[in-house]
Amino acid sequence: MATLLPSSFTKNFNSSIDYPITSFQTFAIFGPKLKTEQTHFRLSTSFNVRTGSPLELKAMKEPPGLTQKLDKNRLDRLAESENGCDLFEDLKHRFLRFKKHKFEENLGHFQNLAEGQAPKFMIIACADSRVCPSVILGFQPGEAFMVRNVANLVPPFESGPSETNAALEFAVNSLKVENILVIGHSRCGGIRALMSMQDEVDSSSFIRSWVIVGKNARLNTKSAASHLGFDQQCRHCEKESVDHSLVNLLTYPWIEQKVAKGELSVHGGYYDFVDCTFEKWTLDYKGSNFGKNSRLPVKNRFYWC
Amino acid sequence: MGSLEEAIEGLKKFLSDKDDAAVAQIKKLITGLQERDPNEYDPVKRILEGFQHFKINKFDKHPKLYDKLAEGQWPKFLVFACSDSRVCPSHILDFQPGEAFMVRNIANMVPAFDKLKYSGVGAAIEYAVSVLEVQNILVIGHSRCGGIERLMTHPEDNSAPFDFIDEWVKIGLPAKVKVQAEFGDLPLEDQCKHCEKQSVKLSLCNLETYPYVQMGLANKKLRLMGGYYDFVHGKFELLEFEPHFHHLFST
Repeated sequence: MATLLPSSFTKNFNSSIDYPITSFQTFAIFGPKLKTEQTHFRLSTSFNVRTGSPLELKAMKEPPGLTQKLDKNRLDRLAESENGCDLFEDLKHRFLRFKKHKFEENLGHFQNLAEGQAPKFMIIACADSRVCPSVILGFQPGEAFMVRNVANLVPPFESGPSETNAALEFAVNSLKVENILVIGHSRCGGIRALMSMQDEVDSSSFIRSWVIVGKNARLNTKSAASHLGFDQQCRHCEKESVDHSLVNLLTYPWIEQKVAKGELSVHGGYYDFVDCTFEKWTLDYKGSNFGKNSRLPVKNRFYWC
Repeated sequence: MGSLEEAIEGLKKFLSDKDDAAVAQIKKLITGLQERDPNEYDPVKRILEGFQHFKINKFDKHPKLYDKLAEGQWPKFLVFACSDSRVCPSHILDFQPGEAFMVRNIANMVPAFDKLKYSGVGAAIEYAVSVLEVQNILVIGHSRCGGIERLMTHPEDNSAPFDFIDEWVKIGLPAKVKVQAEFGDLPLEDQCKHCEKQSVKLSLCNLETYPYVQMGLANKKLRLMGGYYDFVHGKFELLEFEPHFHHLFST
């Protein structure tokens, strides 16, 4: 049973309620010394175990915490702060707000979650700061296993191990998610980089080495939309790339098997943050006729504005 | 009437059809619908409600902010966090749209710079540091991390290999070696907890191997931080990582 503790700073990353306070350590195995004496501190927060009725955090209810008014002043403070201590203070207060308004108010739910996660969704979204699915789609803790990379790309099975397919393997085969949703978005810098590339791959740039995963989307866009302006071509490619990621998902045998059995649904999505609209479509898997050279079969296409 | 009831009523109208096969099929459909649990999870409904809530309560209420964000992003943070559904930094650290360029992968790992591998991570770091010019990189580990547990238990437990997961979590091997050397006598759960934190430190060291990160650190335009979210006890720890090398001179 944890006891109530006041917030405090302590000086060692390893110290906590569970471990004895240890002295400053160096980690020679990595080479660089980890200097923690001057500027590190631990954010220690109180945790009060209550006996109360378990609160089921239903997805359909208004998500707690999301009704917090977006405090632009908080954003500005963070933006203006050049002082490291202000930054750490701000992060500390953010966590304490989360703890007070979400964690402690839904303690039963978070205790259940601590025992294990059973998300219904795996999301693949862009790392862009404006498109976090927890914000735009309101996913609460426990609901969505999430991969975020540049331009929300899914490399095909043949490309070998990567962080994206490691996450796919875990989500599909261990967590057994029922839905995979790949979300593209407007004004994507990664897609713009893909569309701007010259034909030869510049191996000195990680960005180019990565976005080339979307090359088929670029090819399709160039052939279908070359009459459009560059911005419109990029927009076309943002959506085309989602479709190609869905095709790439089906190159994983264990994904295709589950989709064929109806145990897994694969969806594409597109968030336009200029107009605040969201499109969603679902892959209409029809077995052996799927895919190879034909247009992606989709169903249940929705457009929300 | 809910949409389920509407669908059932609509189908009942066809029961007067004289085609027995069709009637049988329709009866089967009606039974199936009637047996449906009205509380059954509907993924489409879920994301629609989530999006509507965001649009009404955030987007429409702050037009100036979102107009500005439509033109560009100027995040102060690059964040690495685990893909685990329980640890999204937008919740635990209340990151708002525009604040944090966010990478999420298994066990929040950053591999060392390698031109031939892990271009996904490399692309995110290159974009965030060189293009967006973020000022802070924050790597957040967490409790009961499945990826770290896999790292700590496989292959010693003789479990079947996971082709992609095992290749990925190998990035954390130096952390595993160190934890086993120092805490090998502790129960597995405690070793995993140590490794979750050690892996964050390893990722911070690995970040230093990227040329654009080195430059940012040398010019004092970049700060590296490690975090640890313990969702068992509701705690968060934060530390700042001092760079290995110091700027010695300039001409």
